[in-house]
Amino acid sequence: MNNPPDISQDPAEHEEYAHNVQKHVRGYLMVGALLLAFTAITVALSYVDFGALISSIFHVSVSPGQGAKTNIGVAMLVAMFKAGCVAAIFMHLAAEKRLIYRVLIFTGFFVFALFWLTFLAWYNPITR
Amino acid sequence: MEIPYTISTRPDTGLWNAKIGIWLFLASEVMLFGGLFSAYVFLRLDAQPGEWPHGLLNVPVGTMNTAILIMSSVTVVLAWAALKMRRYRAYWWYMLATIVCGIIFLFVKLYYEWPQKFEHYGLFIKSSALEKYEQYLGNNRRTEKGMEPRIEISGHLHNPEALKDPNIKEYEIGLDPVFVDPNNPANDRPHFLYVPPTDQIAKIEKEDVERIDSFGPWHSAYFASYFTITGLHGAHVLAGVLVFIYMWLPVSKKLYQRNPEHLANRVEVSGLFWHFVDLVWIFVFPLFYLL
Repeated sequence: MNNPPDISQDPAEHEEYAHNVQKHVRGYLMVGALLLAFTAITVALSYVDFGALISSIFHVSVSPGQGAKTNIGVAMLVAMFKAGCVAAIFMHLAAEKRLIYRVLIFTGFFVFALFWLTFLAWYNPITR
Repeated sequence: MEIPYTISTRPDTGLWNAKIGIWLFLASEVMLFGGLFSAYVFLRLDAQPGEWPHGLLNVPVGTMNTAILIMSSVTVVLAWAALKMRRYRAYWWYMLATIVCGIIFLFVKLYYEWPQKFEHYGLFIKSSALEKYEQYLGNNRRTEKGMEPRIEISGHLHNPEALKDPNIKEYEIGLDPVFVDPNNPANDRPHFLYVPPTDQIAKIEKEDVERIDSFGPWHSAYFASYFTITGLHGAHVLAGVLVFIYMWLPVSKKLYQRNPEHLANRVEVSGLFWHFVDLVWIFVFPLFYLL
């Protein structure tokens, strides 16, 4: 979804502009409804025992710990989808200027590095 | 002197200045919350079996607060769109709705969720005494099933004076439902609806207790990260609400009459901050309430 264009100073063009923004408003409402629906889905999925489900479908043994990890993975996937919707539509990142993308690429790199350091600290072969 | 590029875009960046400013600020915010979330991951990965609690938060209330924050994200973007369409009245109402949503979110957190935690107690049982309280813990069955053991008995403390009085030799605790029927498979996973502590009182000898704490930040790594992250998030909600109140007051109408696009840009910048706050909560909610 593109951002509404900058408003025209010409009153004659204003009505057309307002109509264009109105179309975006419908999109915002739909995304809001989608986010609410996925909140309900997140809650519902957290009560599904994925370990038992995988075990019954594929006839493999899944420990409670592995099942819990699957639940975490599923919940994070849904959360990332919701966060993507907020960022792309509400924060207009679906169509933004290149400079902002550059800032975010740097941010993403450093956040990744931060989590990588956390992983290294946890997986310390000296103390483990 | 007038601040340049508040409305028009800079030729080199193609953006008005405040927009770059807010994105740089949000980048620093990503690092701030990223650090806290990585600490959460670290603490959770290193938690010993039974030390990372589940199902201690009120899921329906958390779900409601999530929905409120999502609705406020919608209303703030509608407020901005209303300004772009030069409909000040609609803007005023959408902004009021956003402020109300933010206040409800904070109210629920500060006056309902947090205080409830400080009145709830957990008794960590010494490993040598776990067998003695098997009727409340149900660890034999859990071990058979390959599940993490229960090392804590929680509920409402009926004799808080025992915390300070060394002459009282045992704690009397109104058990949480899970400890009344610990071998019921229905209690293996957290319940959706909050169930208050029962009337069944367990007497736990002090000498069998490693430590007793209310569900405050001092209780465990889980509650330390819960209060830190939700506290910082709550501070962001408060900041957002204060900014929105300023932009909802009559002073905003004066700016609107002078230059409506300037007000629209201000709302866009503060809206970006608000969406970020919503985005953080999208991860906080499942990590603390559901998983």
